[in-house]
Amino acid sequence: MQLSRIVRTAADILYPFILIFGLYIVIHGHLTPGGGFQGGAVIATGSVLLLVAFRYSELTGDLRKGWMKIFESGGLLLFIGTALAALLVGGVFFFNWLANTGSLFGIPVAFGPNPGEIYTAGVIPVMNLAVGIEVWGGLSLIVMYMMGDLEEGGERS
Amino acid sequence: MIGNLPLITVGLITVIGLFTIVSKRNLIKILMGLNIFEAAVNLFLISIGYREGGIAPIYTNAVQGLMVLPTPQALTLTSIVIGVATTAMLLAFVTIIYRNYGTVDTDRIRELRE
Amino acid sequence: MKRIVAAVIAIFLLGVFMLIAVQLPFGRPSYSDMDDYFLRHGQEETGANNICTAVVFDYRGFDTLGEASVLFSAVVTTGLIFRRLERGD
Repeated sequence: MQLSRIVRTAADILYPFILIFGLYIVIHGHLTPGGGFQGGAVIATGSVLLLVAFRYSELTGDLRKGWMKIFESGGLLLFIGTALAALLVGGVFFFNWLANTGSLFGIPVAFGPNPGEIYTAGVIPVMNLAVGIEVWGGLSLIVMYMMGDLEEGGERS
Repeated sequence: MIGNLPLITVGLITVIGLFTIVSKRNLIKILMGLNIFEAAVNLFLISIGYREGGIAPIYTNAVQGLMVLPTPQALTLTSIVIGVATTAMLLAFVTIIYRNYGTVDTDRIRELRE
Repeated sequence: MKRIVAAVIAIFLLGVFMLIAVQLPFGRPSYSDMDDYFLRHGQEETGANNICTAVVFDYRGFDTLGEASVLFSAVVTTGLIFRRLERGD
């Protein structure tokens, strides 16, 4: 299963742009339409594009199964850890302990339409990032497992 | 009547999905029917949260006016992700059934099992 | 035969759904007190402009926790199934 040179070159060029766009959706999740799940799905689409264009055995670096497993588990752990950290500062589980404190991500917001400030919303950007990493790892891992059967000579880890 | 077009579409898609699930014998097509059914559920959740003339519930550079209900949209997000997860799992099950029986036809599988 | 019965039931269901869909009020939700509260106070309480994200990650955080767990377990199940197949070959 070897795709043509045009597809491989196009995938090579497009991959960083898809990555940047997905990251934008994840980071601006509390200001614009989007969020962790949607941005993670966009980034996973980029990974799947590389997986389709190249063989899995040709990919090196971040797109190995081991890294994806780490991303998936780490994203979920970061998500739960952010929720648990509220207990340390004296709140309840899933309490938004960073909002309206004036520190990082803690700028208070008044009611009504505004142009949008990125350092707001407390733990929501952190959770967006965690969920984005988790969805990236999860969806890429599903496709890797399912495409692993197609490659006879491919490396299996 | 014509204002209810999303709800009418929900009814149509629901029946198409149910008919696909009940009448088809190919497991992959049954899965497709399940996904059509999920699309109907998502569309229904979105359309019960719609308010006449409402805009998206986002305050960044928003115009003044009514906003649609945000909770059904959050539920729809949950529903979509769970749909993706179940679809992936069911496809894996279909793969395992094909490996064991050599077919994805439900009647043939029932014959082979006996 | 089975397919004909399914088609008849489907047409009957379609009629029932159409009857309900035409009569349901669209664009005028009956109860919206909770959503009105989210829209009015969500910005001051969570600081997020996107009220949908505020509902997903703050007000209904447990929902999202379950969602993420479902995704995780689906991926783990898929991995288990394919790994077992690979070893059995």
